[in-house]
Amino acid sequence: MFTRARGAVLPVLAVVAAIFVVWYVAAAIMNLPWERDQAQRAEAEFVLADALANTMAQERPVLPAPHQVAVELWETTVQKKITSKRSLVYHGWITLSATLLGFLFGTMLGMALAIGIVYNRAMDMSVMPWVIASQTIPILAIAPMIIVVLNAVGISGLLPKAFISTYLAFFPIVVGMVKGLRSPDALQTDLMRTYNASGSQAFWKLRLPASMPYLFTSMKVAVAASLVGAIVGELPTGAVAGLGARLLAGSYYGQTIQIWSALVAAAILAASLVAIVGLVGRIVERRMGFTR
Amino acid sequence: MTVIAARTLSLTFETNDGPVHALKDVDLTIEPGEFVSFIGPSGCGKTTFLRVIADLERPTGGTISVNGVSPEEARLQRSYGYVFQAAGLYPWRTVGRNVALPLEIIGVGRAERRERVDKALALVDLTGFGKKFPWQLSGGMQQRASIARALAFDADLLLMDEPFGALDEIVRDHLNEQLLELWARTQKTICFVTHSIPEAVYLSTKIVVMSPRPGRVTDVIESTLPRERPLDIRESPEFLDIAHRVREGLRAGHSYD
Repeated sequence: MFTRARGAVLPVLAVVAAIFVVWYVAAAIMNLPWERDQAQRAEAEFVLADALANTMAQERPVLPAPHQVAVELWETTVQKKITSKRSLVYHGWITLSATLLGFLFGTMLGMALAIGIVYNRAMDMSVMPWVIASQTIPILAIAPMIIVVLNAVGISGLLPKAFISTYLAFFPIVVGMVKGLRSPDALQTDLMRTYNASGSQAFWKLRLPASMPYLFTSMKVAVAASLVGAIVGELPTGAVAGLGARLLAGSYYGQTIQIWSALVAAAILAASLVAIVGLVGRIVERRMGFTR
Repeated sequence: MTVIAARTLSLTFETNDGPVHALKDVDLTIEPGEFVSFIGPSGCGKTTFLRVIADLERPTGGTISVNGVSPEEARLQRSYGYVFQAAGLYPWRTVGRNVALPLEIIGVGRAERRERVDKALALVDLTGFGKKFPWQLSGGMQQRASIARALAFDADLLLMDEPFGALDEIVRDHLNEQLLELWARTQKTICFVTHSIPEAVYLSTKIVVMSPRPGRVTDVIESTLPRERPLDIRESPEFLDIAHRVREGLRAGHSYD
């Protein structure tokens, strides 16, 4: 496993390097017209070398250079108190708490629906089409409604955002759990029948353990979807805190560096969440004897 | 008491290509302590017959009793252990916990469960492997673990559906020997489905020869071999005689189609 990890380092680094090259070139090309305008307006001579250097350090670039984003990230995480309204850690935590709550709800709702679908024929016929239809509605369209409706009944703050996360997170859980609960083969189920096992015994001792690998695969997808849900939930409300609020504020004031650093922070957060779920899944599966 | 009594037992599967007669007019009686092999080509209904005994299939005609009651009642009373073609151990349970599975379901207490698991593992020569996961065992050991699982709850009837079919000749010989030993020690009634003539003759006190389309019994051979059987009995004239009769029976069944 160690050698495999080492073997993967070089290709990953190569891809990262390629992304940086493309990013820098794109930043130079996209920010250059503004430098030309400035030179024209000042009636100064346009020197390409100087202008190119300037494209890497504009205050409101069309596309900020990677190091600008990195500096902004550093300044808004490490160098700010986490209670500060300018701290990305503070905003990240606001979004993360909604994400985790929504993920928890989504996992529970997804498992409950999956059990219903597997054990109840009527639910099998009726619920699945609705589950699929629910995901065809753009979340951006339904998010404001959820927030407005919940606000009208006095629910605001963390919960509405968590519900939007739930809306996105339960879907992969339902699909994965239904498949997982149905994964035992004829032999494994016949065996339970020869023991005259009750339905609940067959569930706890066969179907549920057999579904665990499917559940963790689904949870990896669901936790990333939860984060997207929480950020989207922050956009239509003009939220004052959270990664979504940072994106919104950045776009109001043309703070492209702020937008990009919030985006990168969200990506890092998503990757970490997926990695943590994956790690927990691996530990559980190893302890259950699924993997060697 | 007769363990299994089948009278004109039939089972027809309705398929899209029309009815398939898996079993037709099967008459058979099995007494306690017998070792009965079912042999025949694929599609002769030998597995189906075993599944009918186990109440995993319902017959469409005739009657059958298991321990004097219907197969369903026998299943509800947990009066048989079933060994499938594949070991079918649950991969998330250790070998010991796989063997304990039927005991957990019946509701045997923890201490007694441990004791009976140890006993069952010892019967199949797997003492000390209880903490291993199935993937850590060879195919033959997994199949032995599945036999231990069927033995764990002490049913007097053991149904075995080609349990050694997927194993190589050497392992198979060894397991056959062990199975005979186990049968002698436990006094169980065993119904054993197989494709192999030597295996059937070596193991059985009674060999049921079956033929396909429709699945039916063509011959029932009472073995004259002694109960004590070393492996080299397979070269004795008596053994070869019985094997010959089985082969004749199989050939006769085939001439129908």
